[in-house]
Amino acid sequence: MLRLNVNGKVREISDAEASTPLLWVLRDELGLTGTKFGCGVSICGACTVLLDGTPIRSCSTVASAASGRNITTIEGLASEDGELTPVQQAWIDLDVAQCGYCQTGQIMGATALLKSNPDPSDEEIDTAMAGNICRCGTYLRIRKAIKQAAADMGESA
Amino acid sequence: MSSSPYTAMNAVFDAIARQAPVPAARLIKFSRRRFMQTTGIAGGGLMLGFVLKAKPAHATPGALQPNAFLRIDADGILLYAKNPEIGQGVKTSLPMIVAEELDAAWDDVAVEQAPIDAEAYGMQFAGGSTSIPMNWDTLRQAGAAARAMLVAAAAKQLDVPLAELATQDSFVVHAATGRRLAYTALAASAAAFPVPDATALKLKDRRHYRLLGTRVTGIDNGALVRGQPLFGIDQTVPGMKYAVYQKCPAVGGSVASANIDAVRKMPGVRDAFVLEGNGKFAELLPGVAIVADSTWAAIRAKQQLEVEWNLDDAAKDSWSDAEKKAEKLRKFPGEKRVVDDGDVDAAFADAAQSLDAFYAYRFVSHAQLEPQNCTAWWRDGAVELWAPTQTPGSGIRAVAGVLGIDPSKVTVHQARIGGGFGRRLYNDFMTEAAAISRRFGGPIKLQWTREDDMSHDLFRAGGFHQLRASLDEEGRISGWRDHFITFTHDGDRPVSGGDMSRGVFPAGLLANCRIEQTALDWKTPCGAWRAPGSNVFGFVVQSFIHELAAAAGRDHLDVLLEVLGEPRWTGKGDMRSLHTGRAADVIKLAAKKAGWGRSMPEGRGLGLAFYFSHAGHFAEVADVSVDANRKITVHNVTVAADVGPIINLSGAENQVEGSVVDGLSTMLGQSVTFEDGVVQQSNFDSYPILRMPHTPSIDVHFIDSDYHPTGLGEPALPPLAPAVCNAIYAATGERIRTLPISLEGYSV
Repeated sequence: MLRLNVNGKVREISDAEASTPLLWVLRDELGLTGTKFGCGVSICGACTVLLDGTPIRSCSTVASAASGRNITTIEGLASEDGELTPVQQAWIDLDVAQCGYCQTGQIMGATALLKSNPDPSDEEIDTAMAGNICRCGTYLRIRKAIKQAAADMGESA
Repeated sequence: MSSSPYTAMNAVFDAIARQAPVPAARLIKFSRRRFMQTTGIAGGGLMLGFVLKAKPAHATPGALQPNAFLRIDADGILLYAKNPEIGQGVKTSLPMIVAEELDAAWDDVAVEQAPIDAEAYGMQFAGGSTSIPMNWDTLRQAGAAARAMLVAAAAKQLDVPLAELATQDSFVVHAATGRRLAYTALAASAAAFPVPDATALKLKDRRHYRLLGTRVTGIDNGALVRGQPLFGIDQTVPGMKYAVYQKCPAVGGSVASANIDAVRKMPGVRDAFVLEGNGKFAELLPGVAIVADSTWAAIRAKQQLEVEWNLDDAAKDSWSDAEKKAEKLRKFPGEKRVVDDGDVDAAFADAAQSLDAFYAYRFVSHAQLEPQNCTAWWRDGAVELWAPTQTPGSGIRAVAGVLGIDPSKVTVHQARIGGGFGRRLYNDFMTEAAAISRRFGGPIKLQWTREDDMSHDLFRAGGFHQLRASLDEEGRISGWRDHFITFTHDGDRPVSGGDMSRGVFPAGLLANCRIEQTALDWKTPCGAWRAPGSNVFGFVVQSFIHELAAAAGRDHLDVLLEVLGEPRWTGKGDMRSLHTGRAADVIKLAAKKAGWGRSMPEGRGLGLAFYFSHAGHFAEVADVSVDANRKITVHNVTVAADVGPIINLSGAENQVEGSVVDGLSTMLGQSVTFEDGVVQQSNFDSYPILRMPHTPSIDVHFIDSDYHPTGLGEPALPPLAPAVCNAIYAATGERIRTLPISLEGYSV
């Protein structure tokens, strides 16, 4: 029996093998398909989730290693009543996505970045986001959206 | 050719890849006469389109539904997006066209992905940057037809003449009395009016557009940022199991033996079995299927799978062999003369100066970020699929063929697609999923790993070009010859994207031009990759023109404009052809915006390139610096484009920015090589994708023109590589003739 704290709720998984990466537990066992499979080897960042607020690659993290810690997935960002975070809102306002497949990982990475650095420079954004591939090439909009979200959070703080 | 393993790559997509008009008969079964009547473009334009059908299959009573593209009832306005969404934005832009003519406020509109229905929608696919041009007329008519019925209903209700009524933001308005009737309130009565003849409808003048040309955020963005299930990989059905499929690393190999019994006993595994395949490369190749309780259990079992492959019919393709052959062949004339204008030999004999150059580029992969997948449910002699396919119609036929059932027994639901780039024109993942589901006897989701994806692509072919051109006394290009060494699957026709026989820039513009082709045998299937052909020909010809300008001591801009000559359509009466005036305009605009001719610091230069593809005219100027270690920085790319009217400005700019990034990503370090038929790259570590820190700033300028609109998924890509290489030459004097440029020691 695996017990995970996902998006503030305790979830029990009975039949997942011990070696199962967190990615596949989230997707196949818990039905949280917002987290994406891209490369399976921590290169592309599509599977990024937050573990106690830190971005990790769920494709290469054994699920049991996340036991007892707080896991946040893309489904857990908005508030209970559906209010989006400034990062999510910026992604809509700036029409960031093309195919959208990588954007879960980008949004999770951006969320973690702004938590640790509320006003990042272009260079700091580049460094923080360099692990996330966007095959469609939306990097300029991602950078812009992070800056907008930073500004929105700064105003409301 | 019916026995060829390549037949699945059917004529429609070959035609699209060549940017040829798709034969009407292949699109739908309407007669030629009726087809011509509908499109109604005499002597030019894109002869594509189809009849608006009055009664869609999914019509509901009480709703205004004059065609399959919209439904208005008391609850709201619903628009149907007919084509697959692969990131090119058509789930937003196609309904925007309907909304404009309907005069619906965009905020009032909901959008749903349409079912697959050839009768109601014509061909539904994403390829060739054709969604906008093929549907432009039809969608405008679809919106206008509903609007006319709403106005007619309002006129009756208010008892006023039609001429006194106007429409705006989902209301019919009677200005004289200030009365306003909502579309939703009028829908039921409007549905009783006859559907007007689509061709008789008066469409809006472009100057009166309220929605088209503005920036609209993608219709799925709200669901995307919440992580809601949209993609093929997100689909689930009750009782679904998870499948993987192992094929021979060298295409054409079959299963001799495998440790099936051991795999069946692995934890979570439900079944494992061999599929023989149907002998077609883009359909069902032989392999071993494993069905398990979870994706991970299936992947784990696949890691323990041991297969002995029968390699008798397997590909033996080798890139290094191809290079050696090309090195020999380039010294001789090509097998076939596919273009032979004027007298090239005489031009060379009279030359004041001539130049030879050998260009080469590698195979590349599509590497779309969502690995191939498909959910299939076989039951009662029929199959239902949830598929991220660019060509659902072709997928239905392929699945029906593989299963030996009638196409009416195949239902496909369109899922959002995590990147296409041409890879999902081919539906091998669908036929595999369908065959596995039938054999297993229940619903399964087939999941390819990244390694499966990279080893079984339909690759963009590599190629080689031995060029010679002459300059006359005034430094004008007087003769041009290109011996193109390409590849062939059948010993005759070149592979997809590897054919210059229809003429490639500057053919048709120069008096003396010859293109020769020699095709090397190649078994591994090649397919359409974003801007097929153009994505590499652009690099070769636009680099070589710059070489000639430099050899003549002339400004590249002047030489390029001189090659184009007087403003004209290059295809007589064909408004999908290159127009030299539109070309010159984008070149001049890009040059002006980029500050062409300004002095640059040491080690930094500007490079220019133009290319025309998919009816889009694009010029790009790259600003690049190069250090002593051949490390390059692309500071900025300026893009000027003429694609006709812009539908969604935000989406349009996004496509151009993405094409620039994709072009840069591909030219920098992407290369697929083969030895003994086996792909040597397996994941993003050996096949790098450009990342944020190396993304240049990008300025996009659209010329606001009145021509028929075209799509934007592809034509912005081809000029990027030559613009960057020309900039590197400007910065260093070093000419790059090989892609990716990492092979010549360049990096970012």
